[in-house]
Amino acid sequence: MAFLEIDGLRKRFGSVEILKGIDLDLEKGGFLVLVGPSGCGKSTLLNTIAGLETITEGEIRVDGRTINDLHPSKRDIAMVFQSYALYPNMTVAGNIAFGMEMRGVPAQERQKAIDKVAKVLQIGHLLQRKPSQLSGGQRQRVAMGRALVRDPKLFLFDEPLSNLDAKLRVDMRIEIKRLHATTGTTIVYVTHDQIEAMTLATKIAVMRDGEVQQFGTPAEIYNNPTNLFVADFMGSPAMNLIPATIGGNGNALSVVLQREAREPISLALADAPTGLSAFHSKPIIFGVRPEALTDPEGAERNASNIATADCHIEVVEPAGSDTFAVTNLGGKAVVARLRADANIQPGTSTPLAFNLTKAVFFDPATENRIL
Amino acid sequence: MSVIATPARQSTGGISARTVNRILIYSLLALFALFYLMPLFVMLVTSFKTMDEIQSGNMLALPQAPTFEPWLKAWGETCVGLTCAGIKGYFWNSIKMVVPAVLISTLLGALNGYVLTKWRFRGHTLVFGLMLFACFIPFQSVLLPMATILGSLGRFGVTLRNATGFSFGLGNPTVNLVFVHVVYGLGFTTLFFRNYYEAFPTELVKAAQVDGASFFQIFRRIMLPNSMPIFVVTVIYQFTNIWNDFLFASAYAGTGDAMPMTVALNNVVNTSTGVVEYNVNMAAAMIAALPTLLVYVVAGRYFVRGLMAGAVKG
Amino acid sequence: MTTVTTQIKLTPEHSARPGASMRSRLQDALPKIVLAPSFAITIVFVYGFILWTVYLSFTNSKTFPSYALTGPRAYQRLWRWTFESDPPSSWYTSITNMGIFGFLYIFICLALGLFLAILLDQKIRGEGVLRPIYLYPMALSFIVTGVAWKWFLDPGLGLEQTLHQWGWTSFHFDWIKNKDFVIYTVVIAGVWQASGFIMAMFLAGLRGIDGEIMKAAQIDGATTFQLYRRIVIPLLRPVFLSAFIVLAHLAIKSYDLVVALTSGGPGGSAWLPSNFMYEYTFKRNEMAVGSASAVIMLMTITAIIVPYLYSELREKPR
Repeated sequence: MAFLEIDGLRKRFGSVEILKGIDLDLEKGGFLVLVGPSGCGKSTLLNTIAGLETITEGEIRVDGRTINDLHPSKRDIAMVFQSYALYPNMTVAGNIAFGMEMRGVPAQERQKAIDKVAKVLQIGHLLQRKPSQLSGGQRQRVAMGRALVRDPKLFLFDEPLSNLDAKLRVDMRIEIKRLHATTGTTIVYVTHDQIEAMTLATKIAVMRDGEVQQFGTPAEIYNNPTNLFVADFMGSPAMNLIPATIGGNGNALSVVLQREAREPISLALADAPTGLSAFHSKPIIFGVRPEALTDPEGAERNASNIATADCHIEVVEPAGSDTFAVTNLGGKAVVARLRADANIQPGTSTPLAFNLTKAVFFDPATENRIL
Repeated sequence: MSVIATPARQSTGGISARTVNRILIYSLLALFALFYLMPLFVMLVTSFKTMDEIQSGNMLALPQAPTFEPWLKAWGETCVGLTCAGIKGYFWNSIKMVVPAVLISTLLGALNGYVLTKWRFRGHTLVFGLMLFACFIPFQSVLLPMATILGSLGRFGVTLRNATGFSFGLGNPTVNLVFVHVVYGLGFTTLFFRNYYEAFPTELVKAAQVDGASFFQIFRRIMLPNSMPIFVVTVIYQFTNIWNDFLFASAYAGTGDAMPMTVALNNVVNTSTGVVEYNVNMAAAMIAALPTLLVYVVAGRYFVRGLMAGAVKG
Repeated sequence: MTTVTTQIKLTPEHSARPGASMRSRLQDALPKIVLAPSFAITIVFVYGFILWTVYLSFTNSKTFPSYALTGPRAYQRLWRWTFESDPPSSWYTSITNMGIFGFLYIFICLALGLFLAILLDQKIRGEGVLRPIYLYPMALSFIVTGVAWKWFLDPGLGLEQTLHQWGWTSFHFDWIKNKDFVIYTVVIAGVWQASGFIMAMFLAGLRGIDGEIMKAAQIDGATTFQLYRRIVIPLLRPVFLSAFIVLAHLAIKSYDLVVALTSGGPGGSAWLPSNFMYEYTFKRNEMAVGSASAVIMLMTITAIIVPYLYSELREKPR
């Protein structure tokens, strides 16, 4: 039995359905990331777990206990908010101890708990300050301290890093990961940043319009997206999704990519998914990640199915660690990821290697993966 | 926002158009400053003059022999209607009315604003809309029923006193006015606090809920300590409005010893018996204006913000 | 997402103990319980009383309220008086004055307020001194304003006398005693009191305009005049609306000013509908007529305020 179980969860505001039947589960010590564009319902889902919003249907269980109707403070959870939600009129120590104060914990014990948390997070020197006197990173630490001090069964994070600058965000991300590793707590974490999702999670739920699009490990989500939305949302730079048709004959299918004022490219597929034969001479969406579209020398040596084709390069973006090249296939800009020192000029034609082992195919009508 | 000065063009006379422009602007501004200051200035100098000087001299002239006599007389001796004990009693009447009315209406407004933003329920906009509209009604449209109700309560108070020896404030004009001002001030105080709490981070309330704080604990420990600015604004606004009110005061405490300051001042000025003592009238007017002027001088910034909050929402 | 997350609701504690669930249900209803008294007070003492006043206006109440409905007689009388201009009925005088006062008061306050705000916005040294001088009259009551201006405009003591002493003996200014002009003195005093505040509103509006828009317009070659006429004043539209609402609201309520400045003017010639209502209800024992005039005032202000409030409350996210 999983530690956190969510069954058939629905949430309606009047006639608007915000959550349309969510089923999720998470093992003890797991790190679940809810990711999706704004308005997808991920924050609402987190709030229902916290008890800050009621649910219309379904059940939420933590450690086997149904918590649907419990007050937030009785659910044995702690939450870190996007704005940190530090009480501006209280000191850092006061903020951390407020929950214990509300539960009637004696002052001595509160002090002990504050000291312990302050040590873990290295905020001992900040305890007597007001939140307005702290930097963004310090506030973030205090907010985590307030959560840690409760020693809850479940940690909830609501986009905790979105108010930090890029560098600090990376630092804090690592810190959260370390915290998870050392304390072994169970975490549910909301973000719209797919990199955070990939790096932190043991399980990811990609959400859209109140529905879970795909639920799985980061690797599953990244390598085997179930539909166009997940494929497009996860990964940066995003997966190339190219309109194409299926050509070739019965047992040797190929992908045909149209080009402007040039011959179409035809890529032979060695081990095409079985479902693909039904799409012969029909339109499909051909998905290939930028790292699977490289210069031939940089291509993965042991990939079983690599096809090379000359492509007209329109734009070259040297990014330091890599060089990105943009070409046009099937009427769309397609990004290839080359080695940093690849010698390539815009306006010229260059052979590019398609790693077809990593390629995925989608039905344009249903937007689902063709398996 | 400000207009960047257009490059100065040299005019033929040698003085640039820009200089002429600036002189014109400053003269206009000074002229209007005179317009706004004049009545106060006249009131002030007149209140320090003797009657002889007023009748013979110039309104704008400074007092030749400044005297506090008119102020003392206005405070302690002048006649309001038939009673000649000065306006001091009425000044205290106003204080006794203003303080509780301001405190009660402000506190209720804070609670209402808290509920209307952080504990929303279906129809909260309608509730707020109905309370907000109450700010704008001409009070003439409720004047008469309120008079009737206050009259009945007064009679009930007499019955109570006969029966128990205590009227519980029923029929007391000051209590009545406090009640009236709380009732018709609620719309404004609720508006102020609602708009302030609307921008107050809801995550703080959520965090406090997770921490196990109750409805009133959140209000007392989280909301109130962070509401100082809007408290000052609301208190100033209510103080000014209630102190300056004349309509309710004259309708519900227009005669007798319980009159507030504004009504008393009007009576002093309009007393037609004997020689009109302009200096005393002006001193009385100054005394009536002092509390609100003082508030304006001390907390002008908040005063303006309060007026604007009452005018421009959000 | 913010629109939904602001809706927090305490859920009743899930528990078998009946006592606890009672308590938590109470907790659940607490916000409504706290709001209820204020809401009830508003419903009874504002809306209930308005209905009561409407009811009274359909009776023949004189000195004391009478509750037998006698039809719209009070309104018929007001309607008749509306056209009784020679000699003018009190009602005719009141609504004519309201028209004159309302129009001039609102128009001059807006014009003067905008004008002063634009002047003050020209990087004026001493703005910090001038602004409070323009604004302080708003802190005074209408009664004090009336007393001050009554003295200032008195032909025997005030401005006229002063100018005579300074040698301009032909100067004549007795509007405050003249039944045809007394309403204009109310306009002067009213404008004196409120225009500074309107100035402050416009100034805040001007300071809120994006400076880059102004720079862009200047690069486009707009003169200062064109800049204000074509760019700034159109951008101040919301301020105009708010200022108009404030002024209309003040104008209809201006009862005290007329009383303190003119004591109603010679023969009631300075009356506004608010004075009419007060006099007919409390002095002339025509309660039904007074109520009817109050209802008409209320309907006028409702026609102005309700669309404004509706749009304001709708614009904001629910």
